[in-house]
Amino acid sequence: MSVDTSLRFDKDYVNGFSSSRQEPAWLQELRLQALESAQNLPMPKPDKTKIDKWNFTDFKHEATGNTVAFNDLPEEVKALIGSEEEAKNVLVIHNGTPVFFAMEQSVKDQGVIYTDLLSAVKEHGDLVKKHMMKAVAVDENRLTALHAALFVNGAFLYVPKNVELTAPIQAVYYQDDEAAMFNHVIIAVEDNSSVTYVENYLSTNENTDSVANIVSEVFAASGSKVVYGAVDNLAKGMTTYVNRRGRADRDARIEWALGQFNDGNTVSDNTTHLIGDGSFTDTKTVTIGRGDQKQNFVAQIFNHGKHSEGYILTHGVMKDSASSIFNGITKIEHGATKSHGEQTERVLMLSEKARGDANPILLIDEDDVTAGHAASVGRIDPLQMFYLMSRGISKVEAERLIIHGFLAPVVSQMPLESVKNRLVEVIERKVR
Amino acid sequence: MSAPNLKIEDLRVSIEDKEIIKGLDLEINGGEIHAIMGPNGTGKSTLSAALMGHPKYEVTSGKVTFNGEDLLEMEVDERAQAGLFLAMQYPSEVSGITNADFLRSAINAKREEGQEISLMKFIRELDKKMDTLEMDNTFAHRYLNEGFSGGEKKRNEILQMMMLEPKLAILDEIDSGLDIDALKVVAKGVNDMRSPDFGCLIITHYQRLLNYITPDRVHVMMQGRIVKSGGPELAQRLEAEGYDWIKEELGIKDETVGQEA
Repeated sequence: MSVDTSLRFDKDYVNGFSSSRQEPAWLQELRLQALESAQNLPMPKPDKTKIDKWNFTDFKHEATGNTVAFNDLPEEVKALIGSEEEAKNVLVIHNGTPVFFAMEQSVKDQGVIYTDLLSAVKEHGDLVKKHMMKAVAVDENRLTALHAALFVNGAFLYVPKNVELTAPIQAVYYQDDEAAMFNHVIIAVEDNSSVTYVENYLSTNENTDSVANIVSEVFAASGSKVVYGAVDNLAKGMTTYVNRRGRADRDARIEWALGQFNDGNTVSDNTTHLIGDGSFTDTKTVTIGRGDQKQNFVAQIFNHGKHSEGYILTHGVMKDSASSIFNGITKIEHGATKSHGEQTERVLMLSEKARGDANPILLIDEDDVTAGHAASVGRIDPLQMFYLMSRGISKVEAERLIIHGFLAPVVSQMPLESVKNRLVEVIERKVR
Repeated sequence: MSAPNLKIEDLRVSIEDKEIIKGLDLEINGGEIHAIMGPNGTGKSTLSAALMGHPKYEVTSGKVTFNGEDLLEMEVDERAQAGLFLAMQYPSEVSGITNADFLRSAINAKREEGQEISLMKFIRELDKKMDTLEMDNTFAHRYLNEGFSGGEKKRNEILQMMMLEPKLAILDEIDSGLDIDALKVVAKGVNDMRSPDFGCLIITHYQRLLNYITPDRVHVMMQGRIVKSGGPELAQRLEAEGYDWIKEELGIKDETVGQEA
């Protein structure tokens, strides 16, 4: 069976959707052009994973009328936000609609803008327009175009010059409708500012065939620093395409801390362009695959600027008959002298049927650089299991210890305590 | 608590279709310390690994009961839960798991849910036992055996034994790679456990550990069998005269087993 990749959504639909939300003309125009591109562009081609039978194009677009009040959200979602004391700068979006928002006055007073994307389009149209689909291009492939045509909501975070925010900015995207999740995040940080943003994706739909098409765009201007933490935990029913893209100007720094724990088939791309001289990025990711899910992860860094540095560290565990491809790509462009790239991918397979593949790729078009990579793929060591079990520890518990141990070197280095704790929690649930 | 009993009858063990243990009988009761001695390659470590349920060793025939239960029917963790412990010659290294976390998991594995050892009590016990073994406190927070020296690994095995309080412990060449001070410390750990509720099987080539832990019975293993048994005086004679007199007495030319000549 092959999935019909023709589109359910036509010009009239997109026009109506945009008008009903009173979107400005520029956005309506962007959506319509994107829709046209989507009809002509090919699907993305993740290396070594066949996605031609995955459904990315047939879905219910918008959730219908079941948005709940904050107090009625499940405890799991509320736990992510923390107590009222901790939840100082938080946005919660439920089925595309913001249901909770908090922001400290002191943060507002510094000129920081943080709001759901739909409100940002209305209130800060020029700023949104300046960044919308600028890190991820509309016409990269059919799914990026489809995203631009149909994104529903998301978050917009803008930090003006010379503002250092210490408290993290949080977002929770929670879906319990069978509708698709078309979420878009823009983070724009001006010169010499710094911000930490943490997002959690959660859904409950185990069975219905649904789609997540997510784009995050991060713009780090000269001398700025962005720490971006994400924990993806979408349920089995969701087929996910997620692009998280960063652009770092001169001496800017972007740190990614990604926990990729979806239960459904997933294609995830995390790419950083080190544009400016002296720019820096660090990507740390952990993953557990289980059941029969198939996943493809790309962690990719382009060094354009001189003296730019990029690091990738990925650890993945594959259980059951899960399979994953981990592609690490370091591309050092011509002229990026004195640049440095380093990457490590490690995969641990827990069962005979689990599959994992790590592909470290270094593409270097400049002589005066340094780069290195390490990769390993292996099965769980039966002697380690014997040793742990010989102390009375059950097979399940022994596996749990080995998985935690395998992921610990990445988890312990995550830049944020809250992300660390959340990762340990999700890992715990996945290994039981 | 009833005194433990381990009974091995006509045990045969193969690895990769090569028979290493060729019909071995042995019985150990609570309160007894047995030593199995013998040159390299005679099947001593195979015996200990097979008793614990090592995945590479296949028991082809014979019978082993532990406190009346069929040991060979049990999974590895069930054997440990029943009170069997093996201090390994080459303990695995497990990255990312601290010694303390591992030990707590192991202790709690034996307890019912809701009856887990309290953190305070655990730390108290651990500190006390690490003091006995003259181990530095930082050990608790290092990853399990990772980067440990040979001697550190051996002490760590004894620490685990003391914390888990098994009914019957097998110590597989616990003395190899230990200097005399470490040897005394390890012996102290074992002697501290001596009681009618604890049995012990010490596997070693050398008499020297037995200077500090006096065994009740000494057995000599050759060609995958116990070929001679006696009291502590047997160990002393082996130390003084070596193994050749036994080989001569029994007409054994090559004492090893399963090795291509």
